[in-house]
Amino acid sequence: MFGSALFPDTYGMLRKYGQVLALLALGVAELVTLASAFLCLLCVFGLGMVFLFPPQVRMARWVTGTARRLAGGSTGVVIDPPYLPEPPPPQPQADGLYRSHRTLYKTPRMPAWNDRWKWMVTDPATWRDLLWLLLDPLVKTALLPLLVLLPGRGLRVYAFWCELLLAATPASRMAGRLAHLNRARNLAVDTQAVEMRRIERDLHDGTQARLVALGMTIGAAERLMDTDPGAARALMTKAKEASAETLTELRRLIRGVHPPVLAERGLGDAVRALAMDSPLRVSVEVDLPHRPEAPVEAAAYFAVSELLANAARHGGAETVQIDISSSGPNLRVLVTDDGWGGADPSRGSGLNGIERRLAAFDGVMAIDSPPGGPTTVAMELPRVLPEYWAGDVVKLPRWKTATVIFLWSTSWLPLFPQGIVAGVAKALGSEQRSWFLALYLPEPWQWPCIAFMTLLGTAMYVVAATLPALHNREAYMCQNVPRHVLFP
Amino acid sequence: MNRVLVAEDLYLLRDGLVHLLQAHGFEVVAAVESGPELLRGLLELRPDVSVVDVRLPPTFTDEGLQASLEARRKIPGLPVLVLSQHVEQLYARELLADGSGGIGYLLKDRVFNAEQFIDAVRRVAAGGTAMDPEVIAKLLAGNARNEPLAALTPREREVLEQMAEGRSNAAISQHLYLSESTVAKHTAGIFAKLGLAPSDDDNRRVLAVLAYLHSRQAT
Repeated sequence: MFGSALFPDTYGMLRKYGQVLALLALGVAELVTLASAFLCLLCVFGLGMVFLFPPQVRMARWVTGTARRLAGGSTGVVIDPPYLPEPPPPQPQADGLYRSHRTLYKTPRMPAWNDRWKWMVTDPATWRDLLWLLLDPLVKTALLPLLVLLPGRGLRVYAFWCELLLAATPASRMAGRLAHLNRARNLAVDTQAVEMRRIERDLHDGTQARLVALGMTIGAAERLMDTDPGAARALMTKAKEASAETLTELRRLIRGVHPPVLAERGLGDAVRALAMDSPLRVSVEVDLPHRPEAPVEAAAYFAVSELLANAARHGGAETVQIDISSSGPNLRVLVTDDGWGGADPSRGSGLNGIERRLAAFDGVMAIDSPPGGPTTVAMELPRVLPEYWAGDVVKLPRWKTATVIFLWSTSWLPLFPQGIVAGVAKALGSEQRSWFLALYLPEPWQWPCIAFMTLLGTAMYVVAATLPALHNREAYMCQNVPRHVLFP
Repeated sequence: MNRVLVAEDLYLLRDGLVHLLQAHGFEVVAAVESGPELLRGLLELRPDVSVVDVRLPPTFTDEGLQASLEARRKIPGLPVLVLSQHVEQLYARELLADGSGGIGYLLKDRVFNAEQFIDAVRRVAAGGTAMDPEVIAKLLAGNARNEPLAALTPREREVLEQMAEGRSNAAISQHLYLSESTVAKHTAGIFAKLGLAPSDDDNRRVLAVLAYLHSRQAT
């Protein structure tokens, strides 16, 4: 009984000491890295041996990365890497050459190196890593007694220290977010361009050609009208048939661009209509309080349409369940079929197409398809539903709220009675000293005191106003940058 | 039996429909171009039959369909023939849901064939149904795994399609170049295979077939 109560605790203790030991061992690696970084920086900036820089940065990043994992892992804190996203590989120009600033290169090696150099040197995280390397041995030494005596608390303090210098900053998150948005935008534009090209080709080769033929048939019929009415009538019948075919084709084309039911009824009924047209048994559950924006609806619709077609074509499925729901501002789509399973996004281009479509909205897709089935595809489009702007107010921590209330309720005191009003009283040479603090002071201190009070009051007002605003922006950025997108 | 209301927002098509109907002896009591006008016209004029476009102003969604359904809720069985650039089983089902007949749902292309179109208008006016062949084809495709249907002979299947579109035995016999008694034999065979109670009333028979196809598909 005693042992079983003690055992988990002992085990936890041992684990913590193991983590402390690992941290101390990492300290040795840090010292080595620090020494090499010092030498390296001397060589790079003193002797111009720039080629040493990237390996050095990689080494430092490896050490800090390990520290992040160790410190985070021991306390359950997730410390995200703060680095800016890596530059994309250089693209050749039309003439096959690679351009870096004003120089042209035959191979992408130099431009890529330049990009990497710039990426590493301009990233503040590189220098914060170095600062951390410099200070960390000191911090570890200072924390050593605590780490040995109270490993749990010591590890928490150490994780806090690591977070201070090694965690992602709002700026780095923002940079990552921008890079991601750029990628998503390019992808969306590309997809759209391909789509436009397809529509253009369909119109050109199909509809336009048919209309030309139709015009020619009618022209021929017109010429034959007087001489051979029988033949003219036959031609007109043909023209009528041709126009019906053209209409059928146009209808198919329109369905591919934006299905009419989707425009008329929205996502729920469009998916229901899709289910009715499917040869499979499809049950549809839709629970959406509002209609999402049209592009979001279209993305979800085409994703479901593709999945249904896949289930019928490759999956050997008989029944399919489609569930469309909202979770807060997120749109969720779940498609389950009872087919053979084994769907693999790396093989099917259809699944890739869905991912591309969803990517434009930061959407993600997860596929669970064990061999033998059933296949479940879950899609989530974050923050696409209208409620997003209604609720979701960022809450201030208690100490900030208290500070803000205190500041708002007391700032008037230094600013008005002790500052401005006292200044007016002094300027007018009033005899009444009343409770104006400044007027009780010796003459030379009176004006500085009034100025100080005015400034103090103003500053308190400014802080009271900016504290919630700043908090909102940072919290907004930190909370709303999806981790999986930034750091896949 | 001849008072028609036309609802269509494109001027050329509206004009064409009015001329076509007038040429076949209908009296066009109103030609409207928006959803609210349509609803008012249906309720106040109570036309013998209406030819309605699904997509109408002001929203250009399914205004015409909604107005027709609304009017039929207030006046059950008010004959309406709905035209659309595309046909959806979803809409067909909504139109047929009240089971009171006097309903049509056709692609706009069907106007090309004036005789068949006018025939459909007359059928709807008489309380029958006129379903687009494309709707029926989709409906049958959705019933591909339905065993009683699979047991039908090709000829019976043809007759079933014609029947589901809303045609009477006489019309089917004309269409398929069969004698009326042969068609009657086929329909009796179909009803027996599907397990439906035979009915002499053409309209009720069609609705039973459509209801059967819908119910089997929904499971």
